[in-house]
Amino acid sequence: MRRVFACLVVLNFLLPSFVLAQASNQVLIKNATVMTASRGTLENADILIENGKIARIGKNLRAGANARVIDATGKYVTPGIVDCHSHTMIDAVNEFSYSVTSMTRILDVLDPKDIAIYRALAGGVTSALLLHGSANAIGGQSVTVKFKYGRPVEEFIIPDAPPGIKFALGENPKRSNFQPLPGQTPRYPRTRMGVMEVIRDAFLRARDYKREWDDYRAGKTRVPPRVDLELEPLVEVLEGKRLVHAHGYRSDEHLNLMLLAEEFGFRVGTLQHALEAYKIAPEIAKHGAGVSIFVDNWSFKIEAYDSIPYNAAILWKNGVLVSINSDSDERMRRLNIEAAKVMKYGGVPEEEALKMITLNPAKQLGIDKRTGSIEVGKDADIVIWSGHPFSPYSRVETTMIEGEIYFDRQQDIAKRAELEKERQELEKLDINKPPASGGTQPRIPSEFRKDHHDDADGMPYLSDEDGGEEK
Amino acid sequence: MRKALLLTALFLFVLNVFAQSDGSQQNLLGKSGTFAITGATIVTVSGGIIENGVVIIENGKIAAVGQNVSIPSKAEVINARGLFVYPGMIDAATTLGLVEIPLGANGTVDVSEVGDNNANAKAIVGINPHSSHVNVARINGVTTVLSMPTGGLISGQAAVINLWGSTQAQMAVVPTFALVVNFPRVAAFGSDFGQQQMDFNEAIRRRDQQLENLKRIFKDAGNYARAKEAYIKDKTLPAPKTDVKLEALIPYVRAERPVIFTAERERDIRAAVKFIEEFKLKGIILGGQEAWRAADVLKNVPVIYTNIFRLPVREDDPYDYLFEAPSKMLQAGIRFAIATSDGGANVRDLPYQAGMAVAFGLPKEEALKAVTLYPAQILGIADRLGSIEVGKIANIVVTDGDILDPRTNIKYLFINGRLMPLTSRHTELYERFKDRR
Repeated sequence: MRRVFACLVVLNFLLPSFVLAQASNQVLIKNATVMTASRGTLENADILIENGKIARIGKNLRAGANARVIDATGKYVTPGIVDCHSHTMIDAVNEFSYSVTSMTRILDVLDPKDIAIYRALAGGVTSALLLHGSANAIGGQSVTVKFKYGRPVEEFIIPDAPPGIKFALGENPKRSNFQPLPGQTPRYPRTRMGVMEVIRDAFLRARDYKREWDDYRAGKTRVPPRVDLELEPLVEVLEGKRLVHAHGYRSDEHLNLMLLAEEFGFRVGTLQHALEAYKIAPEIAKHGAGVSIFVDNWSFKIEAYDSIPYNAAILWKNGVLVSINSDSDERMRRLNIEAAKVMKYGGVPEEEALKMITLNPAKQLGIDKRTGSIEVGKDADIVIWSGHPFSPYSRVETTMIEGEIYFDRQQDIAKRAELEKERQELEKLDINKPPASGGTQPRIPSEFRKDHHDDADGMPYLSDEDGGEEK
Repeated sequence: MRKALLLTALFLFVLNVFAQSDGSQQNLLGKSGTFAITGATIVTVSGGIIENGVVIIENGKIAAVGQNVSIPSKAEVINARGLFVYPGMIDAATTLGLVEIPLGANGTVDVSEVGDNNANAKAIVGINPHSSHVNVARINGVTTVLSMPTGGLISGQAAVINLWGSTQAQMAVVPTFALVVNFPRVAAFGSDFGQQQMDFNEAIRRRDQQLENLKRIFKDAGNYARAKEAYIKDKTLPAPKTDVKLEALIPYVRAERPVIFTAERERDIRAAVKFIEEFKLKGIILGGQEAWRAADVLKNVPVIYTNIFRLPVREDDPYDYLFEAPSKMLQAGIRFAIATSDGGANVRDLPYQAGMAVAFGLPKEEALKAVTLYPAQILGIADRLGSIEVGKIANIVVTDGDILDPRTNIKYLFINGRLMPLTSRHTELYERFKDRR
């Protein structure tokens, strides 16, 4: 214990100077094809990064003698990808018990050591919206993070990102694809009618609660109302301070939610999944909600059967702010390929397609002042690709957040032999031997962690490699 | 004037009704005839690239390929200058047609039977020729798939089908191509949410038990086949009682048809190959995450690799462990194809899965072969499909770019020599809603 304490003291002592030393460093990316996501594509361009921000973009830029210089000749540079629907690095996704769980916070269940973070960085993702699951009509509070893998968890959280909350409509909150456990009574609601009433009821209660506080603050009453953790976040929604991210598939449900929001005087932040949004594109444009979708995932459940890959194109033509999300640790690593598809389906221009995984989700999450495009003054959240990011033949070479490298392919490869050696040594330990050969019964091995899918994208019919084999 | 307007309106209405109701029927048939695709870059896959070449399609087959090819007078000419001609892609692992909507629509799920041994279950009997997945997959250039049952120990028999036809027989390329076996492995965890961790020793015991079970079934089938053979030669011998499951296994224990074994880890792959050798089977490995580690035993056993869109299983596996496996298999001299292992809806992602393997070391030409010629070879249909060669079935895709690139558009599609409309459930819904204001 004393040793741990001593370490902490040393770390505390070292940390500020370390950060300062880093911050004064410059990074210069030279001679790249820069896809800015806001101002077109620049050929043979340099990017100068200072104190974690993009300081200059141009040709033949110069940096100080201590600057880290990256020669990106023949390579492509894009903004870091922003994933507007993720459950990565979350230890618990759904609080299944109630239909309204607005008191729960994803902030409380973050795991900064989740290997999926590193794999996402290796796919060029730098920021993500971490959402509660979709089991409840009103789910928990979300967190918007940058994937600063290796850093303390506090540093992941984007401090000035507006708070959010998960809502869910349709099959998941009515639990129609899930059997109640033996002895459990089915939970209300079981129909789309009920889902909408749960939400209406919650906002009516929130409105009353807000009035109680308003009255108290105005001196009309003398006893302060009891703090209600369920209704506090919903009051923030009513006040326009918290974004609603509403999971749903059928267009009628999303339309009904927008009408309900208008009745209560707020605007829905994003319609999540919204695979039928193309059917109500003008109505969405009028309401002003963003839409965050899978490009072409469909037919995995009934409410996803009318999903079409032209969804993004129709929404874009109607002026709706569209982003492409993953909702999966696996798909997260290839969002560039997902974005490329919208060029084919409905002819979305290249820069608009790129925006759908960078600037547009940043706008939807209210973090576009700092990330989402390559512009002077923004955070240096940058990905260097071996070729055009929309080609499947390209891979990520380097991913940086605020000018610091969090993934580098060459460094990764260089470390492999060392890791392999470490693995072999660990496997020799008694605790890691298979029990049949005399080892002790192991605890749950690391590979047990499963990729969470809010909405399973097809069933793993063929080889359900769910891990858990003896080593 | 008013009459003219009315007539126009009526005409448009009729046209519209046709467009909406006729779509899928028309798709199933396509347009047959003699076609000449001219001026294209022909990516033959088996014989290099032919610039400014011609492909003649006649009687459903490829009649001629080359630069100096005379065009039959009756041919419909398709000017493909600036375009590319590829053989239709082949997805060697799907459940296409056996499941439409996996969640919440059990009535559309026909993918896995009850019980351990379902050797007599045949995919070709369960495939829905009118599944909306068929058109969606083919208009992205996938024209042939292996559709297979899953589940249990012996899942059933897989079919090779073309994505064309109104009946299962019309679709069938090889109606009963292979037996599918889920090779027993140590699974200490249930795959369902909330299932408890199982004791490892218990998990190993179960694996061994299943393996014994599998061996017993194959031995029984071998004996059954020999008894039948003996009876046919000598009618004084007792006739074996007909057993539908053992009967179904005869061509497989005689190595007349292949057996597909699902196996991912090196240890399981080696065990599966041992089984293949013990029973002298014609084997194929499905999955194959670590096949490259077992290359020494895979000289005669090809791999259908289904792990590009998968996460590495272990936390300390390199991030690209499953991306670079195809490249490693190639270096190790393993015969392999890349497949989606998809239920049907996302089979259209096949080209991008192959493309991503290129980013991690697989040469481009090999990636293309891994979704055309190589699966054709593994599925035993390379004499008929998998490349642009004279005499092969005219499953042909004409594109405006690299077929493995998601930005590329399909311009023309032929299956069985028929020019297919590029329509699907998705294009129909797009047409219906794209101009809604």
